[in-house]
Amino acid sequence: MAGIVGYGVHIPIYRIKVEDIAKVWSEDAESIKKGLNIREKSVPGKDEDAATIAVEAARRAIRHAGIDATELGALYAGSESHPYAVKPTATVVSAGIEAGNKLMVADLEFACKAGTAGMQMIMGLIDSGMIRYGMAIGTDTSQGRPGDALEYTASAGGAAFILGKDKNGIIANVVKTVSFTSDTPDFWRREGASFPSHGGRFTGEPGYFRHITGATKLLFEETGMKPSDFDYAVFHQPNGKFPKMVAAQLGFTEKQIERGLMTPIIGNTYSGSSLIGLAATLDVAKPGQKILVTSFGSGAGSDSFAIEVTDNIDSKRKNLEKVMDIVERHKTYIDYSAYLKNRGSIRKT
Amino acid sequence: MERSSSSLWRKIRARYNLVGNVCENCSTAYFPPRIVCRKCGRKSKMEEKRFNGDGEIFSFTKIRVPPDTFKDEAPYFIGIIKLKEGPMVEGHIIDNGVEPEIGGKVRAQFRKMYVEGDEGLIYYHYKFEPL
Repeated sequence: MAGIVGYGVHIPIYRIKVEDIAKVWSEDAESIKKGLNIREKSVPGKDEDAATIAVEAARRAIRHAGIDATELGALYAGSESHPYAVKPTATVVSAGIEAGNKLMVADLEFACKAGTAGMQMIMGLIDSGMIRYGMAIGTDTSQGRPGDALEYTASAGGAAFILGKDKNGIIANVVKTVSFTSDTPDFWRREGASFPSHGGRFTGEPGYFRHITGATKLLFEETGMKPSDFDYAVFHQPNGKFPKMVAAQLGFTEKQIERGLMTPIIGNTYSGSSLIGLAATLDVAKPGQKILVTSFGSGAGSDSFAIEVTDNIDSKRKNLEKVMDIVERHKTYIDYSAYLKNRGSIRKT
Repeated sequence: MERSSSSLWRKIRARYNLVGNVCENCSTAYFPPRIVCRKCGRKSKMEEKRFNGDGEIFSFTKIRVPPDTFKDEAPYFIGIIKLKEGPMVEGHIIDNGVEPEIGGKVRAQFRKMYVEGDEGLIYYHYKFEPL
């Protein structure tokens, strides 16, 4: 089965603290920080969007994998904030990494799980022998309506994963992947709408929890594995609270999820969320360790992966830029006014 | 900035990845690419070259009164960057909190340069980030 041969992450340098958002809406910052388990979130620069984030992540992934970008046979970019409604983000990325013209490319959208959906599609192409390497990206500059609860979490970032089948290059094998899907109207954004709408508390139980537990239990059934078989677990992170709750429901400990829980310090990067959590976990994982990843995309569905780290992981780290280094690099706090300007929310006409 | 798809399309490789060229006769590197080497003339042997984006600031200035294209960006820095491989390149310098200085190391990043209103093209481009 296909495995991970390299990965890269990009997170913008700007941050806004929960206090600065809460002050504008006269809300209690401490209760929000405690309730959502989030301290601050990333904000894109004025000159950043889902495509620029994807390109930076993809370039890091290429360097880490140690392959030439022209060896990629497919590239899928998953996002719910593609810069164009019609014109692919993935073609910008393929040009941005000089991948040439001989590859399959498409944009994907499935709320927060389009990146992991891309990984499954790439795995299918590799395992069928159609391509040697493929890249799946989850990238977003996610939107939260001013004053909405989402505003505290909707952030920006992305991750690119390169998959392949060459034993010498694989840092982590994907042992098994399954999905759990249903038509659930928990969160949506209509064509032309600037901000998403959601079903409030309805997004929790029938959305996030049902699909994450559904996919993860299906993975357990099909592999015979159980929570204690995994050294780490990563669940989609719409806030810092839900992944802890779902981990407890499924029988995982806080220690298993703490390494990959990034939302408290960068916010919810949507399509990037579970992939950045996986990247942060792979940054520290040792050969032989096992990682469970279950994404969630509203609408709704979850993709679950059982991943086993190989002996190659240490030797390939010489070309790796680690997630926590990227999170801390040039970190710059901005206030709510600068946040609105960066997001392009100030209209002059 | 130009306002046509064809002009953007022709410059994509240069703008996204600093693809220029080098004269294999005298090893002089050029960005943007030249058809003929300035030094070698008809003996030119031009080969495509992708510069890796590392360089240092040769000169810079802070733009406070920008052209209309960048009116929402001001104040911002532009600079002349001496790429590690030789060519001098003009470019925007990203504000990452590191004050630009002559001789300061920079690395090319992939950013939006200009967005053509609500319905037009998005122009992506290299910018230089101080390290």
